[in-house]
Amino acid sequence: MAAPATGTPTAPPLELRGDFPVLRREHNGNPIAYLDSAATSQKPRAVIDAMSAYYERSNANIHRGVYGLAQEATDLYEGARERVARFCGSESQATVFAKNATELINLVASAWGRSSLGPGDEVLITEMEHHSNIVPWQLACQATGASLRWLPVSEEGELSLSDLDAALGSGRVRLLGCVHVSNVLGTINPVAKICARARAAGAVTLVDGSQAVPQIPVDVGEIGCDFYIWTGHKALGPTGIGVLHGRRELLEEMPPFLGGGDMISYVGYEVSTWNDLPWKFEAGTSPIAEGVGLGAAIDYLAELGMERVREHERSLTGYALERLGGLAGLRVLGPLELERRGGAISFSLDGIHPHDIAEICDREGVCVRAGHHCAQPLMRRLGVPATARASFHVYNTREDVDRLVGALERAREIFGP
Amino acid sequence: MDELYRDYILDHYKNPRNFGELDPHDLDFHDHNPLCGDELGVHLTVDGEGRIADLRFHGQGCAISQAAASITSEELIGKPVAEIPALSADWVLEQLGIDISPTRRKCALLSLKVMRGAAGGEATWPESAS
Repeated sequence: MAAPATGTPTAPPLELRGDFPVLRREHNGNPIAYLDSAATSQKPRAVIDAMSAYYERSNANIHRGVYGLAQEATDLYEGARERVARFCGSESQATVFAKNATELINLVASAWGRSSLGPGDEVLITEMEHHSNIVPWQLACQATGASLRWLPVSEEGELSLSDLDAALGSGRVRLLGCVHVSNVLGTINPVAKICARARAAGAVTLVDGSQAVPQIPVDVGEIGCDFYIWTGHKALGPTGIGVLHGRRELLEEMPPFLGGGDMISYVGYEVSTWNDLPWKFEAGTSPIAEGVGLGAAIDYLAELGMERVREHERSLTGYALERLGGLAGLRVLGPLELERRGGAISFSLDGIHPHDIAEICDREGVCVRAGHHCAQPLMRRLGVPATARASFHVYNTREDVDRLVGALERAREIFGP
Repeated sequence: MDELYRDYILDHYKNPRNFGELDPHDLDFHDHNPLCGDELGVHLTVDGEGRIADLRFHGQGCAISQAAASITSEELIGKPVAEIPALSADWVLEQLGIDISPTRRKCALLSLKVMRGAAGGEATWPESAS
């Protein structure tokens, strides 16, 4: 085993693999080295148990039931909301749940965008956005006559504050959308600085934190954005629940997104009035078990401490960058400095397409992703059709990285030098 | 020898036949695999009897998609354009001669999909005949 990368912290690595039942599985006779947490994380026993316990003991529809079981379900769901809000430095009233981050970006693009944007206005997003923070703004711009502008990404996979200042200089930017941590490059963007500049220029700010909340401490108050959006399933929680922390005044001014039950105060024949925050934005029966599961995931992460989670990812990323750097023809995309990147490493291997890399890895039980990672504009910017990506979470170990490197060596043997 | 990445597959991947562009050409089509972003285009010239006189693929993709385009290109030259839409997924898979898992099926079939578009039909994903 190679020596740890210089500057790698010496804190003992987390050993949590045993908490994640799916990692006991084998594939092709090998234990699974799950290196695709940027797509979705695995779930600890505590999350699975919390959801089962909810269905086995507490299931009822929430908010209006008079009976005890309904109250219990409501308390579990709203209790989870309160802990989730606190976990990110927000408050319950400003924390909206929906089925995923994509739906919540659509909520903002629709409810805020369509009532606030008009011809001559600009929406500024970065070239490293996931499609989920691109397409809703294309639709909003088409509907309102606003223009979509792009903040460029450098060769090193980073944004530049001077480019931002230049773009804001138009004086027409009404919304700035920026990813906190890139799902492709791992880049950690300086979102507090970016949001401060954008707000000073009169723009509303939206940060996509889907890759950030799972791996770094996040305080939406410190970031100072108007909307911070993330998804549960990448943060050890279940699929089917996403989170929006919004600025309360803005959420109050905005019209509803989806209409239906639960989001109303009074329904007349012609018009209705809206429920209080956050329920004004939560039409229909909520993802109750998913909320309970997300609460358990946040408890699990909070108990570990996000500083320690970050440390674990940083240490593993450093180790992986060093081991991968020893492979001939391997190119890592994105910043190499550990301070400026999270636990997702996209790479290319000369003469071997990412799909073939992923196929050969799979034979040995190593799960990596290959493709455009829902970031086609970024792929074009970087001049690659696709990349292979390894991404980490708390259950990963150095052995997982070693097995990835072994599989890449096998790929090289098969494809030749 | 590797079950999937056989020598002839890797040979067609590294030295693809009939790759490039044809100018002028009579028919062309360009498409991509939305799952991975791989792109493939084709240029065709057609003779007086409606047969493919020459053909060039271009684009980028994995070993399976490139090898499928390269291997089938040799069979396609000389075929009547009108017969292209009737070619099935099996036709491609048989020529590839390797077991393709469901996750790689679209890689193998992208070139035929593009050919269907060039032949004037709908560029749909080819199905198996059975």
